[in-house]
Amino acid sequence: MKIRILNGKLIDPGSSHEGEFDLLIENGKIAAIERQGAIPKQEGETIDAKGLAIFPGFVDLHTHLREPGEEYKETVQTGCNAAVAGGFTTICCMANTHPVNDHGAITEYILGKAREANGVHVYPIGAVSKGLQGEELAEIAEMREVGAVAISDDGRPLMNGNLTRRAMEYARNFDLPMISHCEDKNLSSEGVMHEGYWSTRLGLPAIPSASEEIMVARDILLAELTGAHLHIAHVSTKGSVDLIRRAKERGIRISAEVTPHHLILTEEALQDYDTNAKVNPPLRSEKDRQALWQGLKEGVIDCIATDHAPHDINSKNVDICQAAFGMIGLETAFSLSLRLVESGTLSLSELIEKMTIQPAKLLGLPAGTLSMGSPADLTLVDGSRTFRYYASLGGSKSHNSPFDQCEFKGKVVMTLIAGQVVYTEKKDDKKD
Amino acid sequence: MNNGWQKRHLLGIQGLSATEIEQILTTAASMKEVSQRPIKKVPTLRGKTVVNLFFEPSTRTRTSFEIAAKRLSADTINLTANTSSLTKGETLVDTARTLEAMAPDVIVVRHSVSGVPHLLARWVRCSVVNAGDGMNEHPTQALLDLMTVKERKGKIQGLKIAIVGDVAHSRVARSNIWGFTKMGASVRVAGPRTMLPLEIERLGVEAFDRVESAIEGVDIIMMLRLQLERQDGAYFPSTREYARFFGLDLQKLRQARPDVMIMHPGPIHRGIEIATEVADGPYSVILEQVANGVAIRMALLYLLLGQGNEDTNP
Repeated sequence: MKIRILNGKLIDPGSSHEGEFDLLIENGKIAAIERQGAIPKQEGETIDAKGLAIFPGFVDLHTHLREPGEEYKETVQTGCNAAVAGGFTTICCMANTHPVNDHGAITEYILGKAREANGVHVYPIGAVSKGLQGEELAEIAEMREVGAVAISDDGRPLMNGNLTRRAMEYARNFDLPMISHCEDKNLSSEGVMHEGYWSTRLGLPAIPSASEEIMVARDILLAELTGAHLHIAHVSTKGSVDLIRRAKERGIRISAEVTPHHLILTEEALQDYDTNAKVNPPLRSEKDRQALWQGLKEGVIDCIATDHAPHDINSKNVDICQAAFGMIGLETAFSLSLRLVESGTLSLSELIEKMTIQPAKLLGLPAGTLSMGSPADLTLVDGSRTFRYYASLGGSKSHNSPFDQCEFKGKVVMTLIAGQVVYTEKKDDKKD
Repeated sequence: MNNGWQKRHLLGIQGLSATEIEQILTTAASMKEVSQRPIKKVPTLRGKTVVNLFFEPSTRTRTSFEIAAKRLSADTINLTANTSSLTKGETLVDTARTLEAMAPDVIVVRHSVSGVPHLLARWVRCSVVNAGDGMNEHPTQALLDLMTVKERKGKIQGLKIAIVGDVAHSRVARSNIWGFTKMGASVRVAGPRTMLPLEIERLGVEAFDRVESAIEGVDIIMMLRLQLERQDGAYFPSTREYARFFGLDLQKLRQARPDVMIMHPGPIHRGIEIATEVADGPYSVILEQVANGVAIRMALLYLLLGQGNEDTNP
C-alpha cells in the first residue's frame, strides 16, 4: 500500500526539513521525502496537499482521558478522536482516573482501550503515590514495565517533601521523568482563580502566584539533590519561569511545559464568572502571560502541552466555587498557539518543534519527526484558513471550552497515523 | 406609564451608571413617604410576584425586601434554600428553572458564592436582584448607604469616606467602593493587611494600615462586620486584639472630624468592630440605614417591574 502526499510544505524540525517536499508512504512508513516532482507516479493513492502545511503528528505530554471511571466525561476512544482532530497523533494521559493509574493492571487497561481506538499512540503516565494520596509510593517500576513513560500526581500536588524526594530517587532508578504539578495546597486554600486585581474585583477566593512558585523552587532543589529528571507541568507564572531559567543555568535536569490557554488567556477571562475559564493553575495576569511567551521563545519552557481536561456540563453549570477545574484543549491547541507565530514571537518551525520533537524527546517517545522508515504519523494544516470553533462539534465527549464559537486561524485538515487517514475535516466546517 | 428604567436585572453597582444610581435614589426618596403613611400600602405592583431565594441565612435583608414588596402590593414568597438542597441532588440551575416555571416577576437571590445571581440571570426570564453574592456585591446595601449619606450631607460628590475592617471578604465594601467612587466621593479602606485584598488600590481607593490615620479628616466612617470564623483562617489572632487595634472606639474617634457620620451594615458586634458608645452615639446613623433599606428596595422593585404597568405612580 502506497500513498503519495504531493505539493505540500513540509515542516519537520526533528529532521531539519523545511520547504516544498513530496512524501511517499509505504506500508505505513515514510519511504521517501523528495523535492517536489521527484517521486515518480505509481500505483496507490495520491493526496494533494497544495496550499497545506505538513507537520509530524503533534505530541501532547498532558492529557486527561478520564477512563477508567469517568467515562461520561471522556473515554480513551473519544479523547483519541479529539486528538486527531487537533493534529495530535501521540498523547500521554495523566493518572487521575478512578481507580487511579497507580499499578500495572490499570496501565494495561488504558493501553488495551487505546489499542481499540483510532491508532493514536497513547502513553500512560503513572501515579507517584498510591491513590494519589501523597502517602506511599505507587508501583512505579511495574507501571514502567507495562508502558508508563513518566510519573505524576497531577491534579493532586505532592505536599510531602520527603515523599517527593523518594519518588524522584526511585524514578531516576528507572529512568522515568517526574512530572510535577506545583502547588502549595495551603496557599491555594479554597481559591478558584489567580489572586490579583480581578479576584479583588470579582470577590472570588484566589490562588497566589507564590502557591506555584514555592513548589517549583522546592522541586528544583529536590531534583538537584536526587539527580532526577524533573518536568514542570503547566507553568503559569513569571516567577516560575525565572526559577526554571536559573535552574537550567545551574545545569539541573529540568524541563517545562506551558498550555495554550495560559499563553492566550489571562485572569480577565473570569470576568463573567465563566466556569469554563476556571483551570488549575489559574489563568494569570498579563505580566505572567508575557513572561510565558518570553520563556517559550528562549527555550526556558521546552514545549507546549494541552492539559486537556474534559468535564461534563453538570460539573461546570454550577456556581464557580463548586465547578470543576479544567478545560478541553486538544482541538484548539494548534490554532491558539499559532498566534505566537502571527505575532512574530516564534517562527512556524519553532512552534512545530515545541509541539512535536521537543515533547517527544523529553519523555523519550519514538514520535514527533518524519525520517525515512519512521511511522507516517502526520497532520495536514491550512495555516491561512479562518474558521469558527464549535466545542460541541468536536471529537471530545465534553465541551468545556471558553473558546466555544471563537474565530480561529489555522485549521487541521487531515491527520494520518501509520499512513492511515484517521481524520478529515467535516465538510460542514468549510462553510464558515 | 414608563419609568424610563432600562435594565432587567440588578446584579451589582458595578454595572450601574451614576445617572442610574441617581434615578434609584430619587425614586427611593419618594417611596420613603409611603412608609410614613397610616396605611403603608400602594397598589403599584398588584398581581406581581416576588420570590426571595435565600441560600444564606439573613433576617434583615430578606425582611426588608419582603416589606418593600408588600408595601407595593406584590405577592411575596420566601424560599430559604440552604445548601442541603444541593445534597438532595437539585442544582442551582434546576432550582432556578423550577421557580421560572412558576412565572415570578422578580427573583431576589442571596448566595455564599460570588457570581450566582449572574448565573441565575442567564437561566430565567424574570428580573434577578442580587441580595448579596459571596464576596462580590450587595448592591441594595450600597444604595441605601448612598441614600443615607445624601439625606444627611445633602450630597455625595466630594465627600471622604473610610471603610474599615474585613474588606477582602466583604460584598458590602465592594458595592460601596463602586457606588461612592461612581458618585464622586473619595474612598479609603483600612484594616489588617490580611483582610485587604491585593491591588485594591486599582479599584480607585486609598489603602491604610491603621484605622487612626484612615479616619482622619473623613466625613463618613463605615465599619464592616467582622466574621468571627476568619480567626480560624489566620486573618487575625483574637477578637480581643482585633477590637483593640481595628475596632472603632471613642479613643480612636478623637482622630475624626467632630461632625463625622458613622455607618454599619449590621448586624453589629458590640465591643468588637464597634464600641457600644459609638454605635449608640450621636453620629451613628445605623438605624436610619435600616429604614432607608425598605425605601431603596421599593424603588428598585418599582423600577424593574413598573415598566409598562398600567397603575399609577404612588
